[in-house]
Amino acid sequence: MTTLSREADWTAWMRAALAGDTGSYRKFLHSVVPYLRAIARSRCRRFGLESEAEDIVQEVLLTIHLKRGTWDQSKEIGPWLTAITRNKIIDTFRRRGRRVNLPIEDVMDTLPSDDQQPDILPHDIELFLEQLTPTQREIIRSISLNGASIRETSEQLKMTEGAVRVALHRGLKKLSAFYRSSSGEN
Amino acid sequence: MKTEELIELLAQDPSPRLRLRSTIAGAVGGGTLVAATIFFAKIGIRPDISEAVQSIRFLFKFVVTLSLAITAISAILGLSRPDVHFGAKGRILLVAPALLACATAVELAVLPRDQWMHNLIGHNARFCLTLIPLLSIGPLGCLLVALRLGAPSNPGFAGAVAGLAASGIAATFYAANCNDDSPLFVATWYPIAILLVTATGYLIGRKLLRW
Repeated sequence: MTTLSREADWTAWMRAALAGDTGSYRKFLHSVVPYLRAIARSRCRRFGLESEAEDIVQEVLLTIHLKRGTWDQSKEIGPWLTAITRNKIIDTFRRRGRRVNLPIEDVMDTLPSDDQQPDILPHDIELFLEQLTPTQREIIRSISLNGASIRETSEQLKMTEGAVRVALHRGLKKLSAFYRSSSGEN
Repeated sequence: MKTEELIELLAQDPSPRLRLRSTIAGAVGGGTLVAATIFFAKIGIRPDISEAVQSIRFLFKFVVTLSLAITAISAILGLSRPDVHFGAKGRILLVAPALLACATAVELAVLPRDQWMHNLIGHNARFCLTLIPLLSIGPLGCLLVALRLGAPSNPGFAGAVAGLAASGIAATFYAANCNDDSPLFVATWYPIAILLVTATGYLIGRKLLRW
């Protein structure tokens, strides 16, 4: 796929996602991950922090999600995506006491990482899950591990769908705050 | 958690779309309301307003303060996005200082030299330095909260421009109370008060607006 058609796809999918199309959103996120992973890995390799790469990918995904309202839909999504990624990568290394002087490549100019299944799983997020309330943890596990829908989760936990949605959204915001504040000793 | 699992979480979270533009507009409205309430309840318009409106010097104060408020507010939306950098957006912030500089030059040309210091010192410097920051608190607070929805490429800078917008709103109210109308007074004391608010916005923004 050429850079141009890729950017056109991503822009179209994100526009549809912002209009409420969950399927397009899923497609967008899945399609972006290999590129984010390639950037994160190449940065981490230079600093000998390869075990951090997947954490960075997840943090960037979370930021894309929580800040998607700041994308100006009249523009292509590439520059916005690169700005989000760059900010998060610089931030992550700064927290770990490294300064990134090397330019971070544009997401659009990156070749995707063909390695779909990273051998090192992120560990920060596991620490974080321990800190959630039992209900939030259960909701997140039910949806992420078991692939349950909001409705199935609400039936299983005997909660309303609205309450599950609120708890999920709070959990994701907490996760983002956790990343921002984690000092990187772990 | 695997990345694929996180994606499933994100896809299932239909958080309401964040409308940056209307949130910022709401913050401007709310902040102006707070400033107006304090102004009309505690400070008030100067008693000789009917004569004052016939003076160009009095009216020109509003040209400067309103252009500061309008240019800063219009720069904020752009600065709250991660892929927009200061540059073209920032240049319009020079409009208000340029207007004030022109007015000051005219004032120096038309005013006898022995009155310069008298007009510059004025009567209300202390009020100017306290009331503008006081009236800015509401607008600055509202704007900073609204900007937390954004993802500014430079959080400190976005906070500083929020401070400029807030002090532009505050100075517009204050100018209706102050009876020092000489551009020499305005160019001396208003910027000190405005810089105070802008620096506060910068320091708070640097912490609060990180994302």
